[in-house]
Amino acid sequence: MAGVLRYGSYVPYCRLDRSALAGRGPGERSAASFDEDATSMAVEAGREALRASGLAPARLLFASTSHSYVEKLNAACVHAALDLPAAAQAVDLSSSSRTGLAALGLASLMEGGSSLVCAADVVVGAPGGPRESMGGDAASAFIVGRGPGVAAEIVGSASYTEELLDVWRGPEQPFARQWEERFVQQRLVPALIAAFEGSLRAAGMSAGKLSRVAVDAAHPKIAALLAKAAGIEAAQLADDLSGSVGRAGAAHAGLLLASLLDSADPGDRIAVLSAADGAEAVVLEATDALESARPSHAVADWIRSKRSGHPYLTYLKWREILPFEPPRRPDPPRPAAPPMQRSERWKYAFVGSRCRSCDATNLPPQRVCVQCGAVDDMDPVPYSDATARVATYTVDHLAYSLQQPVVAAVVDFDRGGRFACELADVDPANVEIGQELEMTFRRLYTADGVRNYFWKARPRR
Amino acid sequence: MASKGIRDRVAIVGMGCTRFGEHWDRGANDLLVEAALEACASAQIERSAIDAYWMGTLTSGLSGLMLSEPLKTGYKPITRVENFCATGSEAIRNAAYAVACGAYDLVMAIGVEKLKDSGYSGLASGGGIPTDGTQSSMTAPATFSLLAPAYSKKYGLDPETLRRVLTRIACKNHANGARNPKAQFQRAVPAEKIESAPKVAGMLGVFDCSGVSDGAAAAILCRSEDAHRYTSSPLFLKGLSFIAGPADGAKRQEYDYTTFPEVVASAADAYAQAGVRDAREEISIAEVHDCFTPTELVLMEDLGFSRRGNAWLDTLDGRFELGGPQPVNPDGGLKSFGHPIGASGLRMMYEMWLQFRGEAGERQVPSPKLGLTHNLGGAPGRCVSFVSVVGAN
Repeated sequence: MAGVLRYGSYVPYCRLDRSALAGRGPGERSAASFDEDATSMAVEAGREALRASGLAPARLLFASTSHSYVEKLNAACVHAALDLPAAAQAVDLSSSSRTGLAALGLASLMEGGSSLVCAADVVVGAPGGPRESMGGDAASAFIVGRGPGVAAEIVGSASYTEELLDVWRGPEQPFARQWEERFVQQRLVPALIAAFEGSLRAAGMSAGKLSRVAVDAAHPKIAALLAKAAGIEAAQLADDLSGSVGRAGAAHAGLLLASLLDSADPGDRIAVLSAADGAEAVVLEATDALESARPSHAVADWIRSKRSGHPYLTYLKWREILPFEPPRRPDPPRPAAPPMQRSERWKYAFVGSRCRSCDATNLPPQRVCVQCGAVDDMDPVPYSDATARVATYTVDHLAYSLQQPVVAAVVDFDRGGRFACELADVDPANVEIGQELEMTFRRLYTADGVRNYFWKARPRR
Repeated sequence: MASKGIRDRVAIVGMGCTRFGEHWDRGANDLLVEAALEACASAQIERSAIDAYWMGTLTSGLSGLMLSEPLKTGYKPITRVENFCATGSEAIRNAAYAVACGAYDLVMAIGVEKLKDSGYSGLASGGGIPTDGTQSSMTAPATFSLLAPAYSKKYGLDPETLRRVLTRIACKNHANGARNPKAQFQRAVPAEKIESAPKVAGMLGVFDCSGVSDGAAAAILCRSEDAHRYTSSPLFLKGLSFIAGPADGAKRQEYDYTTFPEVVASAADAYAQAGVRDAREEISIAEVHDCFTPTELVLMEDLGFSRRGNAWLDTLDGRFELGGPQPVNPDGGLKSFGHPIGASGLRMMYEMWLQFRGEAGERQVPSPKLGLTHNLGGAPGRCVSFVSVVGAN
């Protein structure tokens, strides 16, 4: 039976305190940094799922409601950053937060190799509105396939679709709108019940057999009504992460599932539901392989690793909601397609080259070895997971960036090789020589509509 | 080092230099005309006597036509030169080789930059070369500020002391600029003002950075045997070295960001050509590339003026001040004379021209024996370096 072979998640570093927002609710929400978007976060979660798995997915499904490009395959960039083979198919799924869980169900039906399902969202709401405060930014990733390595079997799934004006946003609208809650609630609760019961029927079990149920819905009231109607006990209902992350669009159901898998025992049965434009439901059963399928960061690790109290004005600047005085520096130029193509594995996957003669790592890849001068005698060497330390650094108040000052460092990799790049998620006052770093995939800037992705280093999380 | 040098075979017989600064009323073409005509007047020649030109600029224009059109040079060879911030020195070096080899008798090296028209802070040259978008976004002050924490760490210098050293360098160069009627900034600046200035990058504030300015400077060169036809006190070129490094500082962990190996190599080459054995003792006066204060600190060691790890002590001792045993940047340097890129290497030589002729006025150094100009382009770990040794005999 098909199921989850590996999984991963990602929650960005910054948090907005909801008490500082004009919206409502307790706790805090996560906020993607100025240099992150759905694509870059999907890469971070995908790296978590793929790392040391030895798996080569035959396809990549990328679900988001905030895809970076409206036209151009966003999954292709994720595909490149994860260094997947060209023969692996790449597909975008968009427009509804429901597609994240739907993609998981779809992947379980596919034959011919495993599927990497990435979901990521940057949820932006109109300032002062409920979506701004209740939304969150995050990513999740699952490798779905068959075989003895399955860590959580997908034992049942079901769908319920209806045309419903719940959340909507046309291409001409900067912010999504939503219909009155009470109306939406009275449509979505029956949809959830139908999908839930359908998935249980397919799994051949009753609600009482489930150890945990996670519900991705616009507000807790919907989950409570579902629980009451479907016989789900309070102890079965999982934390919806609304107080620590916020509802992270298409990534949210996956984030909830990842969180449950982080702590599930073999034999545990888990249901995950997602309500939007109807509902999706998936029932899984953990196996003995789960222990060895866990990623290096649990969802709880990401949640703990944070900077709280991010200033609201800066957040509005990051999301380009408030126009700010631009720096008195030239705009960065649009990167050019042919050089980007030529350096694809370097730019997107951070693959350098290693000299066969002297073993030196060359970053970026060189034809002539930087150490010994050997010519055209190199092997590619993936470096995106290489750990590093600060050799020297600076805080640049002059460089062009949505977030000034820019912190940049000369980075020495523990496995050899050096590279100078920007630091992400860093407090300019707390950088020091020798500080431990890891690489992270980011969107450096956008010029002429071209999203310029590349790698930065960040303090280890 | 394979360079043979052209020691004492070429002389400078005339120079001109505009004031550096914000010339809102003059374009690059006006500045070129001004510097070229002043140089001709200084050598007491008509510009028609010049056989060929080397014209340096980083971003202010392209091709020899940039000079021929405003100066009306007629039908003459003009080579446009570019080598980052060492552009002006490259114009001198290539012009010197042309007369040394006998291809021409009388040539001009000229450099210009018009930076203030861009409206940007600092130096902004995108270059317009299409890229894959992975290039470093670090600005010039950021790249040079990398020297500070590395130097601090290597020599166990606490940041407060290092700050005091950098302030001393900025104070010195401002004080020297105050004695120079052609400098962009002609005011001494108190230490407190330097240290409380808004931060630009790392430890560097506004007063740790060279002046962004417009300006031009020019030199007329001929073979030494012809020099006395034009002036009774020519300046002789004793060593000229230029190095483009392997640009591997950000690729190899061996580089420690407390030195410019390119400067060490070009200094060794120039000293060998000029017969200098001990730069600390033999160089009486130097104009060095103080683009940012930590650069000048490190250069004192790379040029052999201070022992490794000791430049900060020599700086605090006042060794490099006007009136000290080895004055550095007596004209105010890039810091206060200003840094119009293509003109800077020629401006450094202009100070040598004045000093060796006894025309440096209030900042005259008594009877210098050997002078040095040092011009750098790029960033720590990725740069080009020029060193010249000059003298009046």
